[in-house]
Amino acid sequence: MIIRGDEPEQVALLKKLYKPGNYFMQGNEALSYGALFAGCRFYAGYPITPSSEIAETMARELPKLGGYYLQMEDEIGSIAAMVGASWTGFKVMTATSGPGFSLMQENLGYAAMTETPLVLVDVQRSGPSTGQATKGAQGDFFQARWGTHGDHPIIAVSPTSGQDAFWEVIRAFNIAEKLRNPVVFLFDGVLAHTREQIRIPNVEEVEIAYRKLPANEEEARLPFGDPHGDGVPPMPLFGHGYFTHVTGSTHKENGLRDVYTPEVHDRLVRRLHRKIEQNRHIYEKYEEHFTEDAEILVVSWGVTARPALGAVLKAREEGIKAGLFVPKTVHPFPGERMRELGKNVRAVLVAEMNLGQMIIEVERYLNDDVLLRGVNRIGGVPLTVGKILREIRGVA
Amino acid sequence: MAKEIYSTYPMIKYLRKEALPTALCPGCGGGTVLNAFANAVDGLKIDPKDLVVVSGIGCSAWIASPYFLADTLHTTHGRAIAFATGVKVGLPDKKVVVISGDGDLASIGGNHLLHAARRNIDITVILVNNMIYGMTGGQVAPTTPFGAKTTTSPYRNIEHPLQISETVAAAGASYVARWTTAHVYQLIESIKKALQVKGFSLVEVVSQCPVQFGRRNRMKEPAEMLRWFLKNSVPINKAKKMKPEELEGKFVIGEFVNRERPEFVTELNKLIDEVQEHFGLKGE
Repeated sequence: MIIRGDEPEQVALLKKLYKPGNYFMQGNEALSYGALFAGCRFYAGYPITPSSEIAETMARELPKLGGYYLQMEDEIGSIAAMVGASWTGFKVMTATSGPGFSLMQENLGYAAMTETPLVLVDVQRSGPSTGQATKGAQGDFFQARWGTHGDHPIIAVSPTSGQDAFWEVIRAFNIAEKLRNPVVFLFDGVLAHTREQIRIPNVEEVEIAYRKLPANEEEARLPFGDPHGDGVPPMPLFGHGYFTHVTGSTHKENGLRDVYTPEVHDRLVRRLHRKIEQNRHIYEKYEEHFTEDAEILVVSWGVTARPALGAVLKAREEGIKAGLFVPKTVHPFPGERMRELGKNVRAVLVAEMNLGQMIIEVERYLNDDVLLRGVNRIGGVPLTVGKILREIRGVA
Repeated sequence: MAKEIYSTYPMIKYLRKEALPTALCPGCGGGTVLNAFANAVDGLKIDPKDLVVVSGIGCSAWIASPYFLADTLHTTHGRAIAFATGVKVGLPDKKVVVISGDGDLASIGGNHLLHAARRNIDITVILVNNMIYGMTGGQVAPTTPFGAKTTTSPYRNIEHPLQISETVAAAGASYVARWTTAHVYQLIESIKKALQVKGFSLVEVVSQCPVQFGRRNRMKEPAEMLRWFLKNSVPINKAKKMKPEELEGKFVIGEFVNRERPEFVTELNKLIDEVQEHFGLKGE
C-alpha cells in the first residue's frame, strides 16, 4: 500500500483540516504543513533543537491524516526506520539538526546506495559539536554534500523563508520520488523559529510526484536496473511478492551483492551519478534579481539570501549596479549559470552564515579577473542588510 | 558437490538459488539456524510473500539475507531492528523477521534492541550468539565468555558477557527464548512460537564458530563446541534454583518470557483511529 496523499479521501482530509488562507506561524510549522501536503505520511525522528517543532507538528497532525509519527531512540534509528518505511511505499521525512545530522550520515549513504526516496531536513545550527545549540547557522553546506563516505551523489535544497520552506519541501519530496534518491533539506535555526505570515494554499495548487513502480515482473526483478534509460530504476516495493533483495553493499542490477567484480561497482556507482547529472532539469533551481546588468554580484543562499536582497535593493537606490544570485537547489551546484553570470561582473560577494563554504563552489566557476570576497558572520546572529550593503559599497 | 546437496535438501524451495552456496565457513552454526528458520516457516505454512527479513552486518546477517527467498533488507551495522521498525509500520500484516548476530544486534545495536522490546513492536528477532566477531577476524565481543581468548583479548577476556535474553526479557519483550545449535528441535519450536506471538519476540541461539572462537579456545572441531554447549546447558527452571556462582559459564536455555502486552503498531493504529474519531475525520 502506498499512501500517496492524492486519493480523494486524503484530499478531503487535507481540505477539511487546513483551510486555505494566511496564518501566522514558525518556519518549522510551515515546513511541516508543506510535508503533509506533499504526501508525507511517515515521520521518524529524535528531538533536537532547533528542529523540534517539526517533530511536534508532525506528531500532532499526522494521525489526523492517518499517518504515522514515530519517536525513535536516536537519530540513527530514525533514518533507518525511514528507509524501511520507504520500501513499503511511504513518503517519509525526518528532521534533525547539527549533531543529529552527523549521526544520520551513514544511513544517508545507505539510502543513496539503495536508491531510497526520503527527505532529511537539517535545521542547521551553530557548531562545531554542540556549539551554540539554539542558534542558527549555515555551516552544514559541505556536510550535506560530503558527510557520508564514498563517491555518492546527493541533492540538497535550501529555502529562503518560512513560506519558501512550505513550497520547497514539497519540491524536495517530488525530487526524491522522481529520482528515487534521498534529498537533504538545508533549513536553518533562524528561519525555523521566525514567525511570519504563511499562506496555506488550496490542495489543488500543489503538484505532487510519485516514484516509478515496476510496470511488469521483469522490471521488478531488476530493482537496480535502468530499463527506461533515465538512470532511475522502478522501485519494487516490499510486500508485493517480488522477493526483492536490498543491500548497501555493491550490488548487481538484480540486487544481489557482488563486491568482487570491479565492473559491477563501477557500473552501479557511475549510474547513481549519471542519474543525478542527466536529470538536472528535475531539480535545478535558482533565483536571480537584477542580474541582467549587474557589475557586482551577491551570491547567497538560505536565510542569508533575505538580507542579501535587501542590501542589493539599497545598493540599486544608491546607483550601484548590484545583482543577486540565490541557488535554491544548492547540490548539485548550479555551476553553469554561475559561470555565465561570472563572465559579466567585476566582483562577486558570497554572503553566508559560516566562515566560507558556498564560496568554494562559487570560486570554481569564476575567472581569475573577478574579485571574489566572502561576507561571513558566525555566532548565531544573522547577517544584516547594513553589513552586506557596506561590503557592496566596499567593492563598488 | 554443493549442487547435489542442495538438490536433495527439502527446504530448497525457500532459498534464493542464485545466491548459493552460502558464504558461511564449514562447521558454522549459521546453517543450522537457517535450516531451523526454514523449518519453522514451513511448519507454520507461512507464505514467503508474507515475510520480510531484515539483517545487519556480520556473518550471521548473511544467514537469511540474501539466502532466504523473501523480501530481504540487508542494512547497516547494528541498525537492522530500526529498519525493521519502519517496515513493520508500513506492512503490519506481514511477518517482519530480523536475523543477525550478537555483535550486530546486542553491541552496536543494543539500544535499538532494548527499545524495540520496550515498545513491544511485532518483530521476531533471531539473534545468533557466537560469542565473537567472526567476519572481522575473531575479536572480543560483549558476549565473549569471561576468560576466553580472542584476537583482541589474546591473554584472556576480563569483561563479563552480556546476558542477552535476560536483558531483553527485562526490557519488556512478549516472548524470549534461548537455545543452542545443539537443541535444534526446541529451537524450531521456539521460532514458530516467536513468529506467532503478537509483540516483540527474541530467540537467542548460542551458536558455534569453530574457526574464530573454537580454534583459540581448544575446540577447533565444530562437534567439540556442540558438546561444550550440551554439557553446560541448564534448563531455565533448574537455573532458577541455582546460585549465581553455580551458573557461572553456563548456558541457561528455555523460554524466559511468554506474555501478552499491548503491541506497538496495533496501538499506533488504534491511536490514529481515536484521533480521527475525535476530530470528526472518520469516513472522509
